[in-house]
Amino acid sequence: MKAFAQLFLSLDETNKTNEKVKVLKDYFTNVPDTDKMHMLALFTGRKPKRIINSTQIRTWAVEAANIPAWLFEESYHVVGDLAETMALLMPQNDSSSNKTLTQWIAELNQLGSKTEEERKLWLLCSWAMLDSQERFVFNKLLTGGFRVGVSQNLVIKALADISNHDAATLTHRIMGNWLPETYTYDQLIQEQGAADDISRPYPFFLAYPIQETSEKQKSAEEIQGALGDAAQWQAEWKWDGIRAQMIKRDGKIFIWSRGEDLSTEKFPELHPFLNALPDGTVIDGEILSFQNGLPMPFNVLQTRIGRKNLSKKILEESPVAVIAYDCLEFNGEDIRTKTQAERRTILEGLQAATPYPETFRISALIDFNTWEQLAEIRGQSRAMIAEGIMLKRKSAAYQVGRRRGDWWKWKIDPLSVDAVMIYAQKGHGRRADLYTDYTFAVWDGDKLVPFAKAYSGLTDAEINKVDYFIKRNTLEKFGPVRTVKPELVFEIGFEGINKSTRHKSGIALRFPRILRWRHDKPKEEADTLDSLRALLGE
Amino acid sequence: MAKKPLLEFTEKGIYCAQGKFYIDPWKPVNDAIITHAHADHAYLGHKHYLAHHLSKEVLLYRLGEINLQTVEYGEKIMKNGVQVSLYPAGHVIGSAQIRVEYQGEVWVVSGDYKTEDDGISTPFEPVKCHHFISECTFGMPVYQWKPQVQIFDDINNWWRTNLHTGVATVLVGYSLGKAQRILQNLDLFNGKVYTHGVIENTNEALRRNGVLLNPTERITPDTPKDEVRKGIILAPPSSVGTPWMRKFGPYSFGYCSGWMALRGAKRRRAADRGFILSDHADWDGLISAIDATGCEKVYLTHGYTATFSRYLNEIGFDAHEVHTLYGGEEDALSQPPPEGEEFEKKSEVKVSPTGGDLEGAAI
Repeated sequence: MKAFAQLFLSLDETNKTNEKVKVLKDYFTNVPDTDKMHMLALFTGRKPKRIINSTQIRTWAVEAANIPAWLFEESYHVVGDLAETMALLMPQNDSSSNKTLTQWIAELNQLGSKTEEERKLWLLCSWAMLDSQERFVFNKLLTGGFRVGVSQNLVIKALADISNHDAATLTHRIMGNWLPETYTYDQLIQEQGAADDISRPYPFFLAYPIQETSEKQKSAEEIQGALGDAAQWQAEWKWDGIRAQMIKRDGKIFIWSRGEDLSTEKFPELHPFLNALPDGTVIDGEILSFQNGLPMPFNVLQTRIGRKNLSKKILEESPVAVIAYDCLEFNGEDIRTKTQAERRTILEGLQAATPYPETFRISALIDFNTWEQLAEIRGQSRAMIAEGIMLKRKSAAYQVGRRRGDWWKWKIDPLSVDAVMIYAQKGHGRRADLYTDYTFAVWDGDKLVPFAKAYSGLTDAEINKVDYFIKRNTLEKFGPVRTVKPELVFEIGFEGINKSTRHKSGIALRFPRILRWRHDKPKEEADTLDSLRALLGE
Repeated sequence: MAKKPLLEFTEKGIYCAQGKFYIDPWKPVNDAIITHAHADHAYLGHKHYLAHHLSKEVLLYRLGEINLQTVEYGEKIMKNGVQVSLYPAGHVIGSAQIRVEYQGEVWVVSGDYKTEDDGISTPFEPVKCHHFISECTFGMPVYQWKPQVQIFDDINNWWRTNLHTGVATVLVGYSLGKAQRILQNLDLFNGKVYTHGVIENTNEALRRNGVLLNPTERITPDTPKDEVRKGIILAPPSSVGTPWMRKFGPYSFGYCSGWMALRGAKRRRAADRGFILSDHADWDGLISAIDATGCEKVYLTHGYTATFSRYLNEIGFDAHEVHTLYGGEEDALSQPPPEGEEFEKKSEVKVSPTGGDLEGAAI
């Protein structure tokens, strides 16, 4: 754990990519292989199981810190991170522990079979055994929120350097469902293949956005200048669903969402077509709700994502289908290095052979000859229930992660309204102790009705100015939330809008974010609820 | 009619009606007693100033030609029948608590203070009183300082590592107080100490005042860059990210402040290293200092006043929040962002043109 705590500290102590990679390499070369795998699991978002619930952890931490519970909560709002708050509040300690990360996690997992009293004793003893930095990472293990200032790419880069594998291979090998207890470092870095796990998905290839603002659209000439001849590109609609990879191997099927969640059971409608695929097939596509052959807005799909049990009603109301757009494996062979055009041909062949064309659809290619033409077609996106257009270079391989060059998303303008900030709350992480989470309202007669929360889109300098305003213009405090004098106006952008019975305003926005601070607008000129309702298109 | 309290909180600052003087007023007054020379406590425009001897040269440097009277700690001054005396606050060199006594009633204004002996400021001394007016910049239990010797070990080791790996070392701390505290604790066997002009001006003012400081060398356009990179650079917060600083690159940049105790604040500053070193009392320091005064009532002027007063009331003190304009200097509660030292500079310019210009002056 010392090494793991030091890793955290060292990563915090530098902002430079090269140094971070060096720190990661130092860690990998200095710890046992089992620790390497646990670290890898934690840094790639594989959370440890939560054995002790967070209410208990808090209660016991308050006890250990010997302060009133309300003061603990206030401290948490200032620090913005539970694990860090607990580490800071406990009495300072000079002892430190020699147990490895693997040992700590093993002990943590054994708690599953212990009584509450035993758990508490273990926790209090553990806290007393660790210095404050170790305590902080230990608390991170407990609370499961492992967000470090390091991307998976950097971890892979460090690992690639010490294992003599290329980064793409390693990225593939750490995809999917594996446990650090059973997946060994030797397996990870063995010379040949990663085919040992038939459920393992490939890393997703992600498109880069063509950057535009609402004031400045890219002209056809600019597109031509950046991407070259239109004939070298295929265009498809950009669908707004759940990106997924579907696998059929050895008679078994697996559905992975982009967040690397195995979601096979969440989409039973797709099982027949997947079972009908030949073994050794992997398809990339978008899962959407469909009705009468037409895609439905995302919020229809959203209603069933969070459900544990899919009732008959839900399956009837929002049945799903796949719009496939790529094939990554065919006849058991990894075909990601074939060209886009070649893979498309294979995909078309697979789709043509399916007995389930209702659920296994294919993303239609948009017919266009010039960028002018395509720009015009893009204008119909909303009518198509699409977010815009995808551009894929016909000669491109299927790559790993978000890369500039061969896949581009060309979205339509976001919808937007001007709204007044009325509530604010402190942020977390590097925004701790700063008011960064805002609630916005529009006018309904002479009342301001809250309709959206947003916490991204402002620059650090702007955030500081807003924070300064909030601290001096607070009307009321409700726990962590401050009611702010309605004065500041912001343009709020969003991708979609739907009716909602759960919100006071009667509407729900998709991906709301702050486009800009409207210094030029007094609050009276903010938009109204009616203007929002008009966007519902009713 | 109820008796008027000896000290009141007014629009202009803390006021003693009986003695007709103000303590750390933020608007121009006739008679001002100044706890210390930081910009949020020592404003320009008063007719008469009273401060500790060791604040003299810095005040004259920051505020220009002012009508200044200085006294020793413990020396008694009478103002319209009210007895005034200064006691060490341990915050920076020359910082004082102001003790005010009239007809047996004693009030003490802490100004800013810390309880740890930093080896350069006269150490904090608790003063018995009935009413204690205290800061609480770090009045949250998450702020617990380590002894400074540990922090300076870290700083000196970091400097050595940088020398070893060939990167320059830039250490940031505010120019009055922190910079000198750092200077006196650096391991000069590592190399020479180079200073930003603003810090060196403050050093010179303190030396004129008879304070013995370790040798420093002011960075001028003629100072050889290679030499500077072999030493350590002491720079004020306002210089972070400026072309002035960038020309010494590649460097590792460390930030000394109590705010560095929180990861979020540290990440926001984008410092390579955050050293938790504050000239304010930590949580335990505040409570022990308040307790030591034996006061009947405590008033909290700036910092986490709401939380801290609630806690003090729970553990048996009679604590009150009061509104003042303190907390604008470098360790303010509204933590200036990396580039936001600009913000601090601006607010300084508004009230004190000379000081503001100097703080931001390029060399």
